Amino acid sequence: MAEMTYRDALNAALAEEMARDPNVFLMGEEVALYSGAYKVSKGLLEKFGETRVVDTPIAELGFAGIGVGAAMAGLRPVIEFMTMNFSILAMDQVFNSAAKVLYMSNGQFKCPIVFRGPTGAALQLSAQHSQALESTYAHFPGLKVCTPATPADAKGLLKAAIRDDDPVVLMEGELLYAMKGEVPDVEDHVVPLGVADVKREGSHVSIITYGKMALVSLQAAARLAKEGIDAEVVDLRTLRPLDVEAILRSVHKTNRAVYVEEGWPFIGIGAQIADIIQSEAFDDLDAPVLRVTQADTPMPYNKQLEKVAKPSAERIVEACKRVL
Amino acid sequence: MVQTETRARRGEVDASNGGSRRMAGLDRDALHGLLRDMLIGRHFEERAAEAYAIGKIGGFCHLYVGQEAVGIGAISALRPDDYVMSAYREHVQALAKGIPSRAVMAELYGRATGCSGGRGGSMHLYSAEHNFLGGWGIVGGQIPMATGVAWAIRYRGEDRVCLCFMGEAAVNQGAFHESLNMAALWKLPVIYIVENNRFGMGTAWERASSLEDIAAKAHAYGMPSAHADGMDVLDMRKVVGEAVDRARADGTPALIEARCYRFMGHSMSDPVHGVYRTKEDVEEAKARDPIVAFIDRLKQAGLVTDEELEEMDQRARAEVDDARAFAEESPDPHVASLYEHVYATENVAGRLYFDRRER
Repeated sequence: MAEMTYRDALNAALAEEMARDPNVFLMGEEVALYSGAYKVSKGLLEKFGETRVVDTPIAELGFAGIGVGAAMAGLRPVIEFMTMNFSILAMDQVFNSAAKVLYMSNGQFKCPIVFRGPTGAALQLSAQHSQALESTYAHFPGLKVCTPATPADAKGLLKAAIRDDDPVVLMEGELLYAMKGEVPDVEDHVVPLGVADVKREGSHVSIITYGKMALVSLQAAARLAKEGIDAEVVDLRTLRPLDVEAILRSVHKTNRAVYVEEGWPFIGIGAQIADIIQSEAFDDLDAPVLRVTQADTPMPYNKQLEKVAKPSAERIVEACKRVL
Repeated sequence: MVQTETRARRGEVDASNGGSRRMAGLDRDALHGLLRDMLIGRHFEERAAEAYAIGKIGGFCHLYVGQEAVGIGAISALRPDDYVMSAYREHVQALAKGIPSRAVMAELYGRATGCSGGRGGSMHLYSAEHNFLGGWGIVGGQIPMATGVAWAIRYRGEDRVCLCFMGEAAVNQGAFHESLNMAALWKLPVIYIVENNRFGMGTAWERASSLEDIAAKAHAYGMPSAHADGMDVLDMRKVVGEAVDRARADGTPALIEARCYRFMGHSMSDPVHGVYRTKEDVEEAKARDPIVAFIDRLKQAGLVTDEELEEMDQRARAEVDDARAFAEESPDPHVASLYEHVYATENVAGRLYFDRRER
């Protein structure tokens, strides 16, 4: 094991995959000279040159589409959005092009592309810069979506995403880049898509979550433990494909589920998870499935309002107690 | 279909040489090839319209009648390994790039033998074998992608090019401007061909753009541009050919405005005239029919005989009739194939589809 930051883990994944496959290149705003707005691509320009580490104009729709075309022609682009909020400008290319070209062409044109960037709220960035769009991306058949919570998962999932032959949206936690964690020292650390990870074993209640909220859920579980409540934290890691077996296994054990996500409640990922649990594990349930999400409002700027709007350990603790 | 080497195409004097007359640098066979492609394109679209009218073809269906010279002239300037990407009025371009008429007609019929296996339809024709990359239905959506194909060409250091067709209305999309900027900035070998058929559905170009001259828009990006007569297959071939040669040599992109006219409605659901243009306007344009004009020129130059014309027309009709019979007889895709090609890699772990528990 080696301790490294989430940022460095992503950097290592990019460097390793670019060294492994000459068709892999990184393109986005400020990724080359500036090393990325969050410094994820530090050193890559020097190592791989300006053909493979490419600064773009501010034109999300344009460079996302350039990535899709390059992927159709056989390259493996990694397209960085400075934040996922800006990817909204590029959604036509992600949804109408990347997600559909394999199907519309009857399998003739693959689209092995990774769209990545930070998702969710940081601190006081206000409404346009504080959005968690995972459910929007996971909605579209043809796309895969992953959401790493730790440095080890960040490295392993990004490597898996780059090698995958389908378009993968990798949503990073904006507040996680500086977080340190153990990353396996093995030569080729790949975390397969579609495999959840139980971040904490427990027997009383299942907290099902992903991304940054996995860490908040672990904080909640630690508080619950002090009160004698043993919560299990299931980190989904990938939203599509979804490790349904892991969810059902955990609910079968605890008979209670609380779902936590950073996005809005309406048509969120949690709505799908709750549906799966009620339809496929009805007899295991001793209580309704509860959801903890962002307030159903745009994110406010004011510090106090923002705190109230975000899902928190307190609210997770409260929800867990309600289902017990 | 005709795709002759670029070096054989231009710079040759139209003169007799040992009895073999030429026009625009092309010999009789090459000229006949262009005419044959145009005749096939015209008959193909007319048969498609008939099939649509009796419900054999569904969905939206946008015909190319009147615009044949644009796609056929432009694509004739390419090599087979060059790429073409287009929008949804692309049947004849797909044929010109070499996709067999059977496969294109079968796709319009939604059959398993179609070039997109019945999953795409009229607007989404693809052939990896022929480097024809669609067939896209969102106005302007293909422009960044075609730019990306050119990016891949440059990335690999190849001497191929990518042609990107669009209607004039697509020029107002942000995707157009973002793409032209990056293509010029990075010297990507893409040639944008704007088919200015005067109307974006029912909106006349002058009612949609503050600047009438489309080619002039390239100046904003320091990109070479040109006008081409979209009713003249040889002019299209010449103007596009020059841009292709330049792009192949040093990656310089280009914007070409091809002025043409759509003889049919925007799609099969629309009237040919009435709301946004008069019958007289359409008739006036039809008097400049690109196929009739090309035949007249060839005849005047003594490069085609009536007998040859008759035979060519009969062969074109026969090919299209055969394509239609093939489509009629072809099977639908299996219902069980519904979930095929949603994903290239169906991961071992996790659920990808949420309506099917076994997945």
